[in-house]
Amino acid sequence: MSRVAVLKGGRSLERGVSLKSGARVEDALERLGHEVHGVDVGHDLVSRLRELAPDAAFVALHGRDGEDGTVQELLEIVGIPYTGSRVGACMRCADKVVAKHAFRAAGIPTPDFFAFSEAAFKELGATDALPAIEERLGFPIVVKPSDQGSALGIKFARARAAVPAALIAAFSYSDHVLLERHVHGHDLAVSILDGQALPVVEAVPRDEDFYDFEARYEIGRTTFVCPAEIGDELTAEAQRLALAAHDTLGCAGFSRVDLMLDESSRSLSVLEINAIPGLTETSLLPQAADAAGMSFDELVGRILATAA
Amino acid sequence: MKSSAMRDLMAITERPEVISLAGGLPDTSTFPAESLAALLSHMAAADSARALQYAPTDGIAAVRDCIVEVMAAEDTVVDPQDVLVTTGGQQVIDLVCKTFIDPGDVIVAEAPTYPGAVPAFSAYEADVAQIPMDAEGMRIDELETTLDRLEAEGRRPKFVYTVPNFQNPAGVTLSLPRRRRLVEIAHERRLLVLEDNPYGLLRYEGDPLPTLLSLDRGQFVIYLGTFSKILSAGLRLGWAVAPAPVLEKMNMGKQGADLCSSSLSQLFVTTYFAERRWEDYLGELRDLYRVRRDTMLAALAEHFPAETTWTVPQGGLFVWVTLPDYIDTTDLLARALEERNVAFVPGRAAYVDGRGGSSMRLNFSGVTEDDIREGVRRIGEVIREQVDLYGTLTGRQPAPLNESARDAGLADVVELPRRRAAP
Repeated sequence: MSRVAVLKGGRSLERGVSLKSGARVEDALERLGHEVHGVDVGHDLVSRLRELAPDAAFVALHGRDGEDGTVQELLEIVGIPYTGSRVGACMRCADKVVAKHAFRAAGIPTPDFFAFSEAAFKELGATDALPAIEERLGFPIVVKPSDQGSALGIKFARARAAVPAALIAAFSYSDHVLLERHVHGHDLAVSILDGQALPVVEAVPRDEDFYDFEARYEIGRTTFVCPAEIGDELTAEAQRLALAAHDTLGCAGFSRVDLMLDESSRSLSVLEINAIPGLTETSLLPQAADAAGMSFDELVGRILATAA
Repeated sequence: MKSSAMRDLMAITERPEVISLAGGLPDTSTFPAESLAALLSHMAAADSARALQYAPTDGIAAVRDCIVEVMAAEDTVVDPQDVLVTTGGQQVIDLVCKTFIDPGDVIVAEAPTYPGAVPAFSAYEADVAQIPMDAEGMRIDELETTLDRLEAEGRRPKFVYTVPNFQNPAGVTLSLPRRRRLVEIAHERRLLVLEDNPYGLLRYEGDPLPTLLSLDRGQFVIYLGTFSKILSAGLRLGWAVAPAPVLEKMNMGKQGADLCSSSLSQLFVTTYFAERRWEDYLGELRDLYRVRRDTMLAALAEHFPAETTWTVPQGGLFVWVTLPDYIDTTDLLARALEERNVAFVPGRAAYVDGRGGSSMRLNFSGVTEDDIREGVRRIGEVIREQVDLYGTLTGRQPAPLNESARDAGLADVVELPRRRAAP
């Protein structure tokens, strides 16, 4: 038995999801016989950690602070072993633009993209480059904040007139935005656990042509299929790409790699990596673990064992 | 149901450092603590056994007398027998849905509608048809068009839900001619109307208008009242007035839901009405909120860019602001929270069909004048940034500040065009 601090909540936009993930992890750790302390991450984080002096910290904190390396840096300083990726890998995962450049450099396919800061539009006339970008990416264009983990702020511009509003929305969450080629096809996720790719999950929106990232967390609005029915060859390729992406960004312990399977070309590409994937009832990692014959408690136990 | 993303956002508005104009809260700090203590001790001394006991489902008789008195202040005469005491006004909405709604049934509501009614309607799987409003409240011509269309489709709405006074969230008031016409339509089409009137007594200017219930004489109107805004929201006491057969069904629904509303709360109300003048406290609240409303309207004129419009409520708790359609207020809220520690309710919460994306609801009753000024200033800054960014992205110049343009645009403030689904 060890003493484990479960870090959750925090001030990010994914606070709600994180509290749910954290609560489930706490229950599982208790069932596994550990002494568990839930910590809602706030101003007193460092003093709470020093006071608790846990054997390990289980980071169930999503979004800003949890996934961008901030909390990991603090854990390093306080000297507490923690689950998941180290500081540098977290920073690379949290910034979709940095991640995509790394994929590209490593030869891992990722949808074509351009990224700009708000300043580039305000001070460097990036607006004048928009027509060329639109021509190269083609409509629809997916516009995303570069460092926002949840569905918020992701817009789908179907025509030129919709691009400014989509950019404004994305800039509401981040100083940098990503304009990405839309891949029409299947939404796939491959979770990595301890150097091994779990079965592929496919997220199927319930309404045809209903493109809404909010559906991700909503029970009933998306159907998840695991293992995804994409054939052995594509499954193996998706798992290979996911592992390569995980390694390229230097992730450790566990992560979830989001991919797209192009409907017409049947080619795979990597969108992003979540350094701290959700662990709620509807989250993809637990579903993948389940398909691999691993219970939630077992999954949590294995993640904890990777703490370093 | 509210989307989870919106829920996540609203969860952050509760951080202590955030100035929140997102609440719908009355200011309960104005009720003197010693007064509350005295009333509670009198109540306990006089009636402790009853206060700790169950109450009748329809409510303690003396409370129903208090309710009759409150309604008389709005020139509405009711018989205590026709009153059902409920657990907040919210329970009336739930009980009316429980009584009348089967999955797929139609409810007609205003656009925008009370955000708290949306989850109730959704829970009973109702289809909600939303009728646009203008400065005079629900557009009755649009209502008739919608009713005709529904009838042609062989669908009869179960009831029309309206907040006629200082509507939540839009802040507008249904005019007298439209009240008369709405009641006529109810009679012509034998259609129930749920009149939700939590704010009627919180009027800061202008003449009071008759309730729909008084115009209808208790035939097709179900009336919803509450102590939340004239005394205390924490009591969780509201009431329904309805035609006898309807009230009977609601009573059965209430038995299933909670047997009775809190006896403690009910006896507190009777003690309060016996020992204090409730009108005096209401008068204090009115004076307080009037100043806060004026503060908010002045701050909006000072800090919000010319591209924005807002309603000027004659009472109630809310102002409804509409921004240019390229600004999404859900996204704007994320930025306002992150960078400025200020919150509001994004307009989409008041629609069932994804509209309202460019509007927001601001509350002035539960916030100090300093916080209203500062909160509005901060929101104005983020809007200005987005208006400027839009200018940069499109080459369009932001409009100069122009006071007169505001009044001209007022009629359009709540009359929202359907957002282009796929621009």
